[in-house]
Amino acid sequence: MRMNDLNVIYGINGPVVTVRESHSFSMMEMVYVGKERLVGEVIGITSELTTIQVYEETTGLRPGEPVTGTGSPLNVTLGPGILDNIFDGIERPLKAIEQNSGAFIARGSSVSALDEEKQWNVALRVKPGDELTGGDIYAVCPETPIIEHRCMVPPGLSGVVESVRPDGAYRVHDAVAVLRDKKGGLHELTLCQRWPIRTPRPVAERLQTTLPLITGQRVIDTLFPIAKGGAAAIPGGFGTGKTMTQHQLAKWCDADIIIYVGCGERGNEMSQVLDEFSELVDPKSGRPMTDRTVLIANTSNMPVAAREASIYTGITLAEYYRDMGYHVAIMADSTSRWAEALREISGRLEEMPAEEGFPAYLPSRLSEFYERAGMCVNLNGSDGSVTIIGAVSPQGSDFSEPVTQNTKRFTRCFWALDKALAYARHYPAINWTQSYSEYFIDLDPWYAKNLGEDFLKYRRRINRLLQEENQLMEIVKLIGSDVLPDDQKLVIETARVIRVGFLQQNAFHKDDTFVPLEKQKQMMRVILHLYRKARQLVSASVPISGILETGLFDKLVKMKYDVPNDRLDLFDGYIEEIDRLLSELVSA
Amino acid sequence: MLIDYLGVREINGSLIVLDDVEGAAFEEVVDIRLDDGTLRQGRVVQMEGSRVVIQVFEGTRGISLDNTRTRFKGHPMELSLSPEILGRVFDGAGRPIDGLGDIYPAARANINGTPINPVSRVYPKNYINTGISTIDTLMTLIRGQKLPIFSGSGMKHNELAVQIARQARISDEGEDKFCIVFAAMGAKNDVAEYFRRSFDESGVLQKVVMFLNLSNDPIIERILTPRCALTAAEYLAFEQGMHVLVIMTDMTSYAEALREFSSSKGEIPGRKGFPGYLYSDLASLYERAGMVRGKSGSVTQLPILTMPNDDVTHPVPDLTGYITEGQIVLDRTLDGSGIYPPVSILPSLSRLMKDGIGEGYTRADHSALSNQLFASYAKVMDARSLASVIGEEELSPTDKRYLEFGRQFERQFVSQGANENRSIGESLDLGWRLLSTLPREELDRVDDKLLDRYYRPGQKEA
Repeated sequence: MRMNDLNVIYGINGPVVTVRESHSFSMMEMVYVGKERLVGEVIGITSELTTIQVYEETTGLRPGEPVTGTGSPLNVTLGPGILDNIFDGIERPLKAIEQNSGAFIARGSSVSALDEEKQWNVALRVKPGDELTGGDIYAVCPETPIIEHRCMVPPGLSGVVESVRPDGAYRVHDAVAVLRDKKGGLHELTLCQRWPIRTPRPVAERLQTTLPLITGQRVIDTLFPIAKGGAAAIPGGFGTGKTMTQHQLAKWCDADIIIYVGCGERGNEMSQVLDEFSELVDPKSGRPMTDRTVLIANTSNMPVAAREASIYTGITLAEYYRDMGYHVAIMADSTSRWAEALREISGRLEEMPAEEGFPAYLPSRLSEFYERAGMCVNLNGSDGSVTIIGAVSPQGSDFSEPVTQNTKRFTRCFWALDKALAYARHYPAINWTQSYSEYFIDLDPWYAKNLGEDFLKYRRRINRLLQEENQLMEIVKLIGSDVLPDDQKLVIETARVIRVGFLQQNAFHKDDTFVPLEKQKQMMRVILHLYRKARQLVSASVPISGILETGLFDKLVKMKYDVPNDRLDLFDGYIEEIDRLLSELVSA
Repeated sequence: MLIDYLGVREINGSLIVLDDVEGAAFEEVVDIRLDDGTLRQGRVVQMEGSRVVIQVFEGTRGISLDNTRTRFKGHPMELSLSPEILGRVFDGAGRPIDGLGDIYPAARANINGTPINPVSRVYPKNYINTGISTIDTLMTLIRGQKLPIFSGSGMKHNELAVQIARQARISDEGEDKFCIVFAAMGAKNDVAEYFRRSFDESGVLQKVVMFLNLSNDPIIERILTPRCALTAAEYLAFEQGMHVLVIMTDMTSYAEALREFSSSKGEIPGRKGFPGYLYSDLASLYERAGMVRGKSGSVTQLPILTMPNDDVTHPVPDLTGYITEGQIVLDRTLDGSGIYPPVSILPSLSRLMKDGIGEGYTRADHSALSNQLFASYAKVMDARSLASVIGEEELSPTDKRYLEFGRQFERQFVSQGANENRSIGESLDLGWRLLSTLPREELDRVDDKLLDRYYRPGQKEA
C-alpha cells in the first residue's frame, strides 16, 4: 500500500481515533485527522487497528473522514523566534492563533511555530571548505537583545561546506549555507531545524553537576541547594504555593534561559506569568524577563493529549538551547497533570491499569523525562545544562501516591511543601524536616571556595538547631513550653528566629524576594552569634526572660527587611549590638 | 435528507447502540421518538465504523429494541441564546420550563464551549465586595475568579451563596451590568426554591437565569446542566458585556452523574470509581471563568460542593482545589457553635487576592493585616490543642491571650448576620481592633509603620 493511500477514520472515543486495516503508519508518527486536519499521533498499531491520539477536540469528526500521515514523528521547529514567545503543547504560537481566530481557540489552526516573515540579522561563522559535524555552529543572530541564537548543524549530519551566503538579513527558512556530505549529497542549512520531541538530543559527554543553580531563596540555596543540570521535585497539596515557588525560581534563578511549562494548570495563572514577566526586569541585563523566557501553556481545559506532549516540547526546546552552550532551567507545573493525561489516554486505550489507575509505564516515562536533565559537554564542545524543576500535585495531599513516589526516585532534590506552614502563611512553605537535597556532596566544594568553609559550618548548625527544635516541639505539644529548662527554651527561641527571620521569605518585598548568597551567610552568622552568646549567659544562670527582653530576637527576625541587599556592612552593627546588650545584661 | 433509523441494537443503562449508521458525527445530537409519541434527546458518545453509541439524556426507560425512530440532527449540542434569557428558568438540558415559551435565538452556541486562549486572558484584578468580613479581608473574591465553597451536608453554604449573590457589588460599574446564572445539579427542590425565593425577595430575579436539574430529574442531563449554564454566562459576559456570577450547586452530584455515565460505558475507573478524566472534565467547566481582552464582561464562578463525610481529600474537592483559584472551606465545629458564616479560616484561600487588594483597590494595610490574622489564628489553634492536653489554666500568659483573641475573633469577626453588609473599611478596622488585644511583639508579619498607625492596645473591645 502506498503512503497516504486513502486511510479513513473508523472509530472515535474522546481524543482517541482508530483507523482500520492500514499498514501505512508507523509508531509515534504525526498524522492529520479529518477534514479540518487536526494534529494527532499514532500510539498503537495492530494488523486490525491503528490507534491515534488527537491533540484537539474531536467533536464533529465523522467516521470516513481522511487520515493522512506525515511520515515523521511528532516534532518541533527549532530556530530563532522561540524566545519571548508563548506556545501551546505542540508548539503552536498562541499569539498568532489569537490573531487568526480571536480569544477562543478554534480547531485545526495551522500556524507555523516560528514567524516565517521576520528577518534576522545573521552573521555566518563558516567559509567554503570548512568541515562541519552535527552540533557545529554555522551562523549566529541576536534572537533577543541578551541572547544570541546559534544555528547548529543538525545532529547526525556532517560534511564539507560547499557554499555560504554573505552576512545579512534572512528569514528562518532561507538557506544560508550548503553542506556536501560524504556521499556527495547536498544539504541546505537554514536558520531552523526540526527535532522529534520524544527523542533526547545527543551530547558528547555528561559532566558531574558541580555548579549550584542560585535562586536567591534562602531555604533552597542554604538548606536544600540544587545543581545546574539537576532535577528537583516540588510536591504539595493545593494552596501550598507550588506555583508561587515556581514563579520565584523562574524569576530569580541564575539560568540563561527559562522554559516555563504550564501543563494542565489554570489559565489565569498563565496570564499572570505573562503580565509579570513582561514587567519584570532581569537584574543582570536590565532587559525584560521575557527576553530569556519561553512559555508553554497548555491549560487544563485545552486538549488532554497536547498536555501530554507539552512536557516533551518544553524539554526539547531546553535541550536545543543547551546545545548552544546556555544554562537552561525548565519549570514544569505540574507533572501530575501530565501523569493524569497519561492515565486518561491509557484508559481510553483500555490498557491494564497499575497503581491508582495509572499505567504501568508511568515510572519509566517519568525517569525518561528527568534523565533529560544534566550538565553536558555538547557536540560542539561547549558546556551547557538543563535543570528540571517539576511540581507535583499529589492527590489528596498524600505524598505516598504513585506520581510523588516515583518522582522521588528520579530526582535528587525534594522540596516538600507543607500544608500547616502554608496555613500559617509561612512562605515558601518548604518543610525542612521532609525535604532533602542529594547535591551537597557535589556542591560543597563550590560553596567552600566561593563563600568560605564558614558557610558550610553555619548551615550544619542551623540544621542542628532546627532538628533540636523539632524534637523539643514534641514535648511542648504535650506539656507546654513553660516547663522546659532555659537552655532548651533558648533553642526554641533561636529556631523561631531561623524559621520566621530566615526560612520565611517575602516574595513581594523588594529586598527579600531575592537574597544574594553572601547576605544569606551573614544572616546565619548573626543568628548563630546571638545563640552562642545567649547560651553562655544561660549557662551562667542569667534568666532567659531577661535575654528576650533585650528585643534582640525580634530585631533579628526583621533583619531581612532592615538590611538592604547592597549594605551587607550593616551586619557588623548587629554583632556589636548583640555583644553590647548582652554584656550590659551580665553587668546588671 | 434526514434519515430516521428504526429500532436499536443494544440498550445498556442510559446508552443505546445503533448499527449501520452513516455520516453521523462525534458528539452529534439525536432525537429519539418512541412509538407512543414521546421525544427524547441524546448525544453520540462513541463511534466504531457504522456502530454508534448514544447517550440518552432522559434515560432509556420504555425503550425496546424496535420501538424507536432515531434522527441525527447534524450538529453538536447547542443552546439558544438571546438577551431575553435573563429572568427565565430552564431545565438541566436548556429547555424552558417556566411556561413562557421558547427563546427566540439571537445566537446559538455549542455548550462545550472552546478554550480561552491563555494569551487573550486578562489577569483578574478587580475585587468584588461581598460585605462578608472573612471573605473580603482574608480570601478576597476577584472578578473573573473561580472560588468554590467546600461544604458538607447540613451546613449553611446555600445561605452564604445567597448572601454573596445579594451583596456582591462591583465598585466601578452600574447595577445593570451585573447578573447571576444559577445552575442546580441534583439539588433538592427545596434548595432550588430557596434560591429562587431569595433572589425574588432581594429583587434581582429579573437578573437571574436558572438552570434546574433537580434531584429527581434525569441524571444524564446533569452532565449538561453546568455546560448550558456556562454557555449562557459566556454569552451574557462576552457578547452582552455583563458581569456574571455563576453559582453552581452541587458539584459533587455532577461528578457522581459523570461516574454513573462512565461506568455504564464500561470505562476503567480511577480513584473511588470516578473516571480517569474527572480532572480534565472539571477543568473544562471551571476554566470557563475569566475575563477576555477586548470584552468588557466577566464570568466569576462560585461552585458549591458538599464533601462526602466532610473529607477534603475526596476526589471531587481535591481535584476542584487543584483547578480553582482558592477555596472557601466551611467548618462543622464553627457551624455547630452557631457561628454564621462558618468559614474555616486556615484552609481557605484566594489565590488571586494578592494582586487585587492594597493601595488603589482596597486599603494599603490589607495585605499585611490579612497575613497577620492568618498567622495569629494559626497560633490560636496551637494554643487550643495545647489547652486540650494540659488545661487552660496551665497555659502561659501569651497563650491565654491567644485563646481570648481566638474567641473574640470568631465571635466578632467571623460571625455576622445573614443580612449584615460590612464595608471593607469596617472589616479591616475590626481586624486591627482584635489584633490589638495581642502583645505587640507577637505581630511579626506587620512592619512598624503600620503598627504605629493601627495598633491600639488600649481599646480592647468595642
